[in-house]
Amino acid sequence: MDIPKMHRIKKIIVENPTVKTFVFDCDFQVSPGQFVNLWIPRMDEKPMSVAFADGKELHLTIANVGPFSNALHDMKVGEQLGLRGPYGIGFTWKKKQKIAMVGGGFGSAPLSFTAKKAIKDGCTIDFIIGARRKDLLIYTKVIKKLKNTTLHIATDDGTVGHKGYNVEVLEQLLKKKKFDVIMTCGPEVMMAAVARLADKYKTEAQISLERYMKCGFGLCGNCVVDPTGDTTCTKGPVVSLSYVKKVKEFGKYHRDAIGKKHNF
Amino acid sequence: MNTSIDYLGTKFPNPLVLCSGYLGVTASTWDNLARKGAGGITTKSIWLNEHQGHSNPVILANEDFIINAVGVPDAGIKKAVEEFEEYLKRKNGVPLIVNIIGGKMDDFVAIAEQVDKLKPQLIEVNMSCPNVEAEHGKPFATDCPGAAELTRRLKKVTKIPLIIKLSPNVEDIKAIAKAVVDAGADGICAINTYGPGMVIDIDSAQPILANKFGGVSGPGIKPLAVKAVYDIASVTDTPIIGMGGIKTGRDAIEMMMAGATLVGIGSALYYRGEDAFKIILDEMVEWCEKNKVKSFKEIIGKTHKVLKMEKL
Repeated sequence: MDIPKMHRIKKIIVENPTVKTFVFDCDFQVSPGQFVNLWIPRMDEKPMSVAFADGKELHLTIANVGPFSNALHDMKVGEQLGLRGPYGIGFTWKKKQKIAMVGGGFGSAPLSFTAKKAIKDGCTIDFIIGARRKDLLIYTKVIKKLKNTTLHIATDDGTVGHKGYNVEVLEQLLKKKKFDVIMTCGPEVMMAAVARLADKYKTEAQISLERYMKCGFGLCGNCVVDPTGDTTCTKGPVVSLSYVKKVKEFGKYHRDAIGKKHNF
Repeated sequence: MNTSIDYLGTKFPNPLVLCSGYLGVTASTWDNLARKGAGGITTKSIWLNEHQGHSNPVILANEDFIINAVGVPDAGIKKAVEEFEEYLKRKNGVPLIVNIIGGKMDDFVAIAEQVDKLKPQLIEVNMSCPNVEAEHGKPFATDCPGAAELTRRLKKVTKIPLIIKLSPNVEDIKAIAKAVVDAGADGICAINTYGPGMVIDIDSAQPILANKFGGVSGPGIKPLAVKAVYDIASVTDTPIIGMGGIKTGRDAIEMMMAGATLVGIGSALYYRGEDAFKIILDEMVEWCEKNKVKSFKEIIGKTHKVLKMEKL
């Protein structure tokens, strides 16, 4: 049923000065990389990738960046918000794979959920997080604690970890070792760089595409990509490297709420 | 079986066309659906200038109905020209029906003049959208003089066959159909969504659609749509694109028996997935072959003929 239903906020975790994780009482069965639509009555509804879900709780990690997230950040435990979903196709892995995860900004949230699940299947993970500054990093404490997971940090200003981009760290790793798959979530320009590296080092990759979504179930047609005409909400958001090579607009442009193109 | 069918001088590879409003934002999508079996593609409504839609949520759906108040977002004629040119490059043999919309009558005329320059096979006029009422007032298709005058004015600025999309939210759809046909409409598309309707979230007591109200479609409106098309076909021979809750091959045949030449597919994309066109066409062909129907032409308006025979 694609109609939002109210769910209670059970807990709110402050991740950093601008990011909070909202924990809902929610029984959705979610695969990492899938998204839900979060509704604030009479205001707006937005797709949000899931930061964690176990069939009892559902976590959404949300930065305070605009009117919608402003309103959200004012919410208190016990208040209710609408949820529907989960939607789309998430990340996939096989038992005992070697995985490189590349998270840019808030992309680390769905990737950490993926990591938590993948290590249960015996996977080993190199988790590379990139952010502009130290205080914008999220989920580093959680990731550090995961078994069979090595955390790498890159900050633009070098306040912590590698000074520069997370993709530079990825290339250093690719030079040294072979991964079964690279998973990435973050700004598209960064993911395009990851895709180029995956191609160069002949490694499979899974990329979490972001397009302006309205319905979330393939009817409104707003999240389509050129030239395939596929809706990102149903064919993605997580797509393979071979698919992304067919999407000519990947890393170049996206469309807004009225279908107009904007360059990245 | 040869599934192709002629509509207003354009040959469609099959009678199933994408309804305006579903998907249809880009040439890539039009082409994608054409390759997935659509017999024709109707674009989303095109405005002369950029037009913002409503905030989310804009579409809600369940097993019983779909309700939408997307609010007809569009980037205007400049984008439309780009998409149109791209679509022609794809050369898939599937005709494009360009759907246009405006606020005031002058806006409709202005966009029609621009679209005319592109020389599409057909133009469909959305004078029946229930979702921009707050902005533009009652749709023109809800009264005879308004619908007729707009049709007359549009006919003056384009020679491309003009299809008028009618609203079911009227007292007498026959009268509106006659009015637009007398004013020069070449084809009729029926029906737009019902309502508006409303969905309330009981836990917050709030309406869910950001626009509060929206047009209702889906399987439940099919009998109403069949009756509307039947009524229109009883007063005019103007060829009809029939739509409203068509989900199966049997539904599509039913719509043709009521009087439709082409059948719109929209909500079926939700109920049967992105291959809905192929699945429904296969079901139609299977039924026709079993019933010794050699051409879809034989079933158009068949129920009218059967009822006439009864009277004799």
